[in-house]
Amino acid sequence: MIEVQSLRRTYGTTLAVDDVSFTIEANTVVGFLGLNGAGKSTTLKVLAGLLMPTDGTVRVDGVDLAEAPVGFRQRIGFLPEEPPLYDEMTVREYLAFLARLRGLPESELDARIAEVARVTQLDHKLEQVIGELSHGYRKRAGIAQAIVHRPRLVILDEPISGLDPVQIVDMRQVIRSLAREATVLISSHNLPEISQVCDRILVLRDGRIVADGTEAELAARFNRANVVALTVRGDRERFDKLMAARPEVRSFEVRREEGGLIDAVVTMEGDDREALVAGIVGAGLGLRRIDDAVDELEEIFIDLNREVAA
Amino acid sequence: MKAVLLLARRELATYFNTRWGLVVLGAVLLLDGLLFNAFALTGKPRYSADVLEDFFYFSSGTTMIASILLTMRLLAEERQEGTEVLLQTAPVSEAQVVLGKYLGAFGFLAIITLLTIYMPLEIQVNGKVSWAQIAAGYTGLLGLGAASLAIGTFGSTLARNQLLAAVIGSLVLVLMLLGWLLSRITEPPISGVLAYVALFDRHFQPFMRGRINTESLVFYASVTFAFLLVSTRVLQFRRYR
Repeated sequence: MIEVQSLRRTYGTTLAVDDVSFTIEANTVVGFLGLNGAGKSTTLKVLAGLLMPTDGTVRVDGVDLAEAPVGFRQRIGFLPEEPPLYDEMTVREYLAFLARLRGLPESELDARIAEVARVTQLDHKLEQVIGELSHGYRKRAGIAQAIVHRPRLVILDEPISGLDPVQIVDMRQVIRSLAREATVLISSHNLPEISQVCDRILVLRDGRIVADGTEAELAARFNRANVVALTVRGDRERFDKLMAARPEVRSFEVRREEGGLIDAVVTMEGDDREALVAGIVGAGLGLRRIDDAVDELEEIFIDLNREVAA
Repeated sequence: MKAVLLLARRELATYFNTRWGLVVLGAVLLLDGLLFNAFALTGKPRYSADVLEDFFYFSSGTTMIASILLTMRLLAEERQEGTEVLLQTAPVSEAQVVLGKYLGAFGFLAIITLLTIYMPLEIQVNGKVSWAQIAAGYTGLLGLGAASLAIGTFGSTLARNQLLAAVIGSLVLVLMLLGWLLSRITEPPISGVLAYVALFDRHFQPFMRGRINTESLVFYASVTFAFLLVSTRVLQFRRYR
């Protein structure tokens, strides 16, 4: 279990993190969101044991960072945005060196490296020199080092940045499988990705936690459950008039208009999609698509920032 | 201790596996050989002990240069390449990191130093020198090297890149070498302190002549300890910055 209580971190006179508290249960995948300058990186660095807190406590499985920094770091695995790799080593040498440095018993070393290579899909790259690996495999080697010593908390900073679509699908699988043996904290700017792999989301703004919950809980907070994306064929003026007149529509926003097709996001008073569909068809417009709003987490995130700023 | 040895072993292996380590090794051996042939073996009749003394004199310079070249990468390169995070998040103390890396560099410098043994042996074959003078000279070289490496390590902990690390290390080293000169233009007690901290003049010269000076060994050990301690403190300080 990860416990953060009243965490505060300053750089000189600049306050980066202010009174942050949260608890994360074991084997959960948590997404960590925040705009640039929100204090996300500082919080991650404290959680990784790189920085000491100015105030407050950080515990992993009851081990306090300030009281037992070495024991704390034993329980952490960290992958920064740019994987920290020794290019002259083979993947096996690299993992063995770090596993030993982090105290993994020699008797378990070979089996653990094989296991980690399997989880991160690096099995066939173990004997390859790191400097010759492609970007996707470098990322995987970075994840492999973060878990090789069986940490209780794995922190991944932008784990999918720079990966191609196929690699992203693979990485999603890798991240989910990590949760079988550790708690995983992911920081990412890719909101759809966070929404796909995380059980819970923490949102940081101006050094404070401003939202904490599952995506559904955050959606409920902003009535996002009643937000749908539409594609309609027809005249723009007629569409605008219809949306303004429909009682179940609270607000709408046209996102794109091209080739006679209108893409719009509609916020309804309640989950009354049937009435909306009937209204559109009844008005002689062609309904091509109705769906949950795409990039829902992105919308929630924007709403949240608006709310906190207000 | 296990972590220290692990770090030292990796550092030592890196010197052998990368071009930089081998370039330093080759350059030092070449330079030592050239200086020995050009200045120590002048062709004129000389006492073997004087030739050996000259050899240790030249070797002290190449040892100090090698120390800076070997240590400039120790921590600055990790910082430059972003791999410093691996050491900072590992369950090891800052002292273990500094000591491990330092010992790796010391091991490599010791290998380079001992590879120069063919030159004293050449004097031994063609002339007559005491083994005691050879042993004393190498003890002095290793002591001077140990202190210089610690100074270089300190420079490497401060700098963001290797070049800057070399500049900082060299500046501190030169300042400590110039202690004897500064002691001549200052008044006591400052002149006494400056003369004492002079790395070469007061402390290395006895070794060249075959005398093992305990005071100088203590001095080299103290300089090594002090700079490694400050290096450790620099790394610790970064976590609270």
